[in-house]
Amino acid sequence: MSAATKKAICLFFEVHQPFRLKRYRFFDLGNDHYYYDDYTNESIMRKVAERCYIPANNIILDIISKHKGKFKVSFSLSGIVLDQFKLYSPEVIDSFKQLAETGCVEFLAETEAHSLASLKNREEFERQVNNHRRLITEYFGIEPQSFRNTEMIYSDQIGSWVADMGFKAMLTEGAKHILGWKSPNYLYCNTINPRLKVLMRNFVLSDDIAFRFSNRAWNEWPLTADKYALWINKLSHKSELINIFIDYETFGEHNPKESGIFDFLYHLPAAILKKTPFKFMTPTEVAKNLQPVAAINIPTPISWADEERDLTAWLGNELQTAAFEKLYELTERVNKCEYEQIKKDWTYLQASDHFYYMCTKFFSDGIVHAYFNPYESPYEAFMNYMNVLSDFEIRINRVCPATEHEIEILKFDSQLKAKDEIIAKQAKEIETLKKKLEKLAGKKTKKTSDEETEKKEPVKTKRAKRKSGEKSLVELAAEVVKKTKLKANKKKSTGKTAKKTTKKTKSSSRKS
Amino acid sequence: MRVLMFGWEFPPHISGGLGTASYGLTKGIASLKNTEVIFVVPKAWGDEDQSAVRLIGANNVPVAYRRVYYHGLKRSITTYEVQSEIIPYVDPEEFWKITKKREELQHSILVHTNQEGKIDFSGRYNGNLLDEIYKYSVVAAVLASELEFDIIHAHDWLAYPAGISAMEVSGKPLVIHVHATEFDRSGGNVNPDVYNIEKRGMDAAAKIITVSNRTRDIVISKYNINPEKVETVYNAVEPVDVAENLHIRKGFDEKVVTFLGRITLQKGPEYFIEAANKVLKKMKNVRFVMAGSGDLMERMIRRAALLKITDRFHFTGFLRGKDVFTMLAMSDVYIMPSVSEPFGISPLEAMMSNVPVIISKQSGVAEILKHAVKVDFWDIDAMADAIYGILTYPALSREFIKNGRDEVIRIRWENSARHVREIYEEVISKHKQ
Repeated sequence: MSAATKKAICLFFEVHQPFRLKRYRFFDLGNDHYYYDDYTNESIMRKVAERCYIPANNIILDIISKHKGKFKVSFSLSGIVLDQFKLYSPEVIDSFKQLAETGCVEFLAETEAHSLASLKNREEFERQVNNHRRLITEYFGIEPQSFRNTEMIYSDQIGSWVADMGFKAMLTEGAKHILGWKSPNYLYCNTINPRLKVLMRNFVLSDDIAFRFSNRAWNEWPLTADKYALWINKLSHKSELINIFIDYETFGEHNPKESGIFDFLYHLPAAILKKTPFKFMTPTEVAKNLQPVAAINIPTPISWADEERDLTAWLGNELQTAAFEKLYELTERVNKCEYEQIKKDWTYLQASDHFYYMCTKFFSDGIVHAYFNPYESPYEAFMNYMNVLSDFEIRINRVCPATEHEIEILKFDSQLKAKDEIIAKQAKEIETLKKKLEKLAGKKTKKTSDEETEKKEPVKTKRAKRKSGEKSLVELAAEVVKKTKLKANKKKSTGKTAKKTTKKTKSSSRKS
Repeated sequence: MRVLMFGWEFPPHISGGLGTASYGLTKGIASLKNTEVIFVVPKAWGDEDQSAVRLIGANNVPVAYRRVYYHGLKRSITTYEVQSEIIPYVDPEEFWKITKKREELQHSILVHTNQEGKIDFSGRYNGNLLDEIYKYSVVAAVLASELEFDIIHAHDWLAYPAGISAMEVSGKPLVIHVHATEFDRSGGNVNPDVYNIEKRGMDAAAKIITVSNRTRDIVISKYNINPEKVETVYNAVEPVDVAENLHIRKGFDEKVVTFLGRITLQKGPEYFIEAANKVLKKMKNVRFVMAGSGDLMERMIRRAALLKITDRFHFTGFLRGKDVFTMLAMSDVYIMPSVSEPFGISPLEAMMSNVPVIISKQSGVAEILKHAVKVDFWDIDAMADAIYGILTYPALSREFIKNGRDEVIRIRWENSARHVREIYEEVISKHKQ
């Protein structure tokens, strides 16, 4: 029995829907700041909720109560999909809350925006993960312990960041080119930080459900829960962990209800519990109960997308990289903004789906890419997205300082402040020196002559000391003034600095 | 296999896509093994490229005093003569009446000939077009009786009557190639004479080749043709060496957006102007060029003047040969807003020259192109947006150029020719049964 307890099957479902953008023409730039296609978003969300989320949740709830704690699943709900639930079908949230209350469902953390931030910017990535962690805790009352990055994107580096944030386990793809002879059916750990356990997806078993279930040309069609359990049982003597990670839309949406997918889901737990030595576990339980067999070495990021299992679905062509770079150029400035709507848009615009629509590899994986895709071509997707992004940038520019000049000016500003501090320090020193001098002078009787000679020296040193600072100050001021002339429209900050510099020069000249 | 092909024009004397397409296809077919093409045009100028095909100008075929043998009639042999210029010729309608009642065909058919006994052809699209078509068909009959061939291939309605009479004289099967229909050309205002000629050609043909599925649908629905008889063979493009154009330099910094084609209703020039106007409201460093001529040109110039964009909107008139590629080399975007385009080779040429293209969804070429922006011809907002996008986002333009060239290089005449040859074989084998 001890051997049996070690064997686990981990079911994980991804739940995500992006905010699709409306047709945003370039003449809307600067005029229209609403980017979303409400009609499409609402109708897709209502449709998917009705066909998939609600019925599938009900079945899972049913199974959980039937098996009394023996059946467990895990979900990852992106922050964006939660927002859409709230807007368009709040009943889905309630249904997930019910699932959470059973205690048999684990909710994983991910990036709030279902974004690609992990590939660009650690700070932004962490910010989003923490936001999402907070959001999930708020909704479901349990703080996520395990992590699933957008579209199973994983690398050693990302894994170590996730470990540093305190997560115990992370999910990723059991990519063939990474595993080689190794089996995905064991628990692994991160190379940099072995405390983070890594669960590798068994893509054959996962895709049997996700992609092949309703394919009548498939030689295993029709797939039944018993047959599936039999396959898993065959693996049992040389596997410890079976990871089935799929899109939640597999149930009822990618495979219609008529295909029998819900019956399959309903009967699966019983079949597995009866016919195999595997027990259902959530990722965190897996991390707790199973021993990792080795560290898995993944230096370049992988994902679960397409045949290649790499990033080319999002960052595979020039369009995608251009849009991606443009987007993350804005990171710092957005973080300075306090406006709620800008923050929201920033989140929604980061959704990886926008980049997915720009993918030009439509020959090999066209069907998957076309799913829920509002665009007719990747070029159209790019143009629309870039127009929206341009408008977004215009808005940020209005709120926050934007151009390089201004960033430079800000830099000079802080430099000036530092120099101010130095000057103040030196002034203090001078004061103390003066006091000392006075004391010394008080002791000595020859007042006048002494004063003259002794004053000369400190003044000299003062000058010598100040000279370096003063020079650079003057230069700085000149530069700043030049820049301000160049950019007349940014009055605020430059005006301040200009005033400051004039003050400084005045005061320093007065002093000298 | 020998193909007797009837066309209307042959490079370099072309006025549009028909000449380019029939030439490319002919060259492709002639390059296949055991296939020979005799190409007949109404007027041979003498400077055409005859490396691949044997070109016959109908204007060089002596007609008078020749006996044309007419098979397949109730009487064993009926002869008719094409006589000298002294007798006025019958009009086309009468000619058709006559051919209908074949039994009565004992008297002569009368056409104009010149002193050498040849018929004069202008080889142009103008005035007495119907008349020319009729004359052409008479010469076709003469040629058909003289030459050895296995199949007849007629390009577009102008050559259908020639194809039909060649078929009737020789008894060989006829394939007609629909490069455009009257519905495309007229924008719905169909000329009944032309429609009749087209319909007659389609009925007579053993097989109809269309240049796109869009055209195929028109043939099936508007001309009431059995769908099994109609097959689509897409056009292609001649490879161009872009390196030749590298020395071409613009004399200004602005981006160039180009429309290249006949300025007629079919090509949708007004939508281009409206889109240009929208773009110019938002960005200044761009110029628009409308290259070509046509019956709507004056109206377009007036429209541009009315919108006060003539400082940025240029008309070049008709461009020929090298000028076309110079224009393309200067362009940053090529646009084809056609209202109804059976195929449209010009975007392929633009892509060959490394220019991103915007094409209307109402074009046949849209069926095969992936790396092009496709918009509805009337959607000037989308058009303007696409122009702006390509000009503003360099990554987009680069991606289009790179993928576009890869894509277009694979659209070869050899492939189209092979497809046509398969159709020939099928038709011939059926004909023998």
